[in-house]
Amino acid sequence: MQWLDIIVQGALVGGLYALFATGLSLIFGVMRLVNLAHGDLIVLAAFLSLACVQHLGFSPALSLAIVVPGMALLGYAMQRVMLNRTLGGDILPPLLVTFGLSIVIQNTLLEAFSADSRKLHFGGIETASIRLLPGVSIGWYPLIVLLAAVVVIGGLQLALYRTRLGAAMRATSDDPVTVRLMGVDNRHLFALAMAASLSVCAIAGVLMAGWTNFDPLSGPERLLYAFEAVIIGGLGSLWGTLAGGMILGIAQSVGGAFDPGWQILAGHLAFLVVLSATPRGLFPRMAD
Amino acid sequence: MSVPLLATRGLTAWYGDFQALFGINLDVREGEVIALIGANGAGKSSVLKAVCGLLPVARDSVRFAGTLIGGMDAHRIVRRGIAMVPEGRKLFPSLSVEENLRLGAYAARPGPWSLDRVFSLFPILAERRDAPATSLSGGQQQMAAIGRALMANPRLLLCDEISLGLAPIVIRDVYAALPSIRAEGTSLIVVEQDISQVLRVAQRVYCLRKGRVVLEGSSDGLAREDIRMAYFGM
Repeated sequence: MQWLDIIVQGALVGGLYALFATGLSLIFGVMRLVNLAHGDLIVLAAFLSLACVQHLGFSPALSLAIVVPGMALLGYAMQRVMLNRTLGGDILPPLLVTFGLSIVIQNTLLEAFSADSRKLHFGGIETASIRLLPGVSIGWYPLIVLLAAVVVIGGLQLALYRTRLGAAMRATSDDPVTVRLMGVDNRHLFALAMAASLSVCAIAGVLMAGWTNFDPLSGPERLLYAFEAVIIGGLGSLWGTLAGGMILGIAQSVGGAFDPGWQILAGHLAFLVVLSATPRGLFPRMAD
Repeated sequence: MSVPLLATRGLTAWYGDFQALFGINLDVREGEVIALIGANGAGKSSVLKAVCGLLPVARDSVRFAGTLIGGMDAHRIVRRGIAMVPEGRKLFPSLSVEENLRLGAYAARPGPWSLDRVFSLFPILAERRDAPATSLSGGQQQMAAIGRALMANPRLLLCDEISLGLAPIVIRDVYAALPSIRAEGTSLIVVEQDISQVLRVAQRVYCLRKGRVVLEGSSDGLAREDIRMAYFGM
């Protein structure tokens, strides 16, 4: 029963990793852009939520009403003003620009919020749990996070496969030149995709802030988990990203059960094993 | 004669340092089918790309329906009524046949073409509507690409080498659709290397060589020998 518990807890952490990874997966799928500032944007959202709590007296959950649209607007503007200019042709400019953005965000957060480690308090639900079986209890909070991941991914999937805009996004992913001949403004579409990506970052950031401590420099680690979840799941597949997050979470949980020092390492090893066994991930959708 | 629907004047276009077009003057009147012929590299596709906004050109070098559209964004030009059937068909592999067609209507103007109309023009597409676009045969893919462009209800349809890589009997099927497109009042520019089919549907012919118009005239008025001379330059 102890092992079942370890696996269940790992799968629940996977929900958080999937939320970290979904926005990254979406952006890479639509415009082949690797956003190296993704982790820092998640942490930025967490700090925005903290600011809402501290200065406006909001509860963390209510702060989502400001942080999600705020991050979406930031995403749209960031893509229109900056990232669209780096796309097309070489893969290096977007990498360099988002790397620079990552450093800018980290240092801005350091200036504004100091290097202190923070956490958001959701009012007791973090410690509440339900007993599934003898020896297997699951916390309400991790369960809510996992459900949030399922709802976010399900919603994006519906939007991509059931709406006109979603079809235009998939077509843009296939061929960003020909799609313009259909009357699609691909730069506007890229900006909408980035807005969606940062909305998911906002949800991920706020939920992360209630789960673990965060500080201005904790973005790159989030980016690493997000990357691993995307690659394990297979590029371009959102449900694969959820599976990838869970595999990463379970590997860490199992590794941590042997020795707490092995927790992080076990996640990276699982990533390496999947990558060497199926280099395109478990559920690859993209042709290239 | 009335004002042409499309007029290019002194149209030049460049790919980086390479000049592809050297002052093209071309007119397409309402409801007219124009053949644009020439050898490989003559600049035929460049003319289409310049007109539909995929190549940067001077603003006053392209006039469409009374407006200067040279250098306008491609997605805005579609809204004004120019649709393109790109060379190599360029269907979207992630989308089904029907999704490809519906995406063609993303910026559609009001007009006679709808999904049902396209399906009645190409019944095979209705049968394969849920199939991935890449599972179609070459001829069916070409029909889907034409149908997708029609979904925008264009006033001018640009067809880039629609016979490329198709068997002669399939080419005949594809070309059989052009009269019904024209019957809706749509003008066409048809680019081809193989002139035998296109001369039958076009009223007028422009022959390009090395980025210049070397011969123009009505398709029944030009002697084959003149076309051959213009085409090869010898």
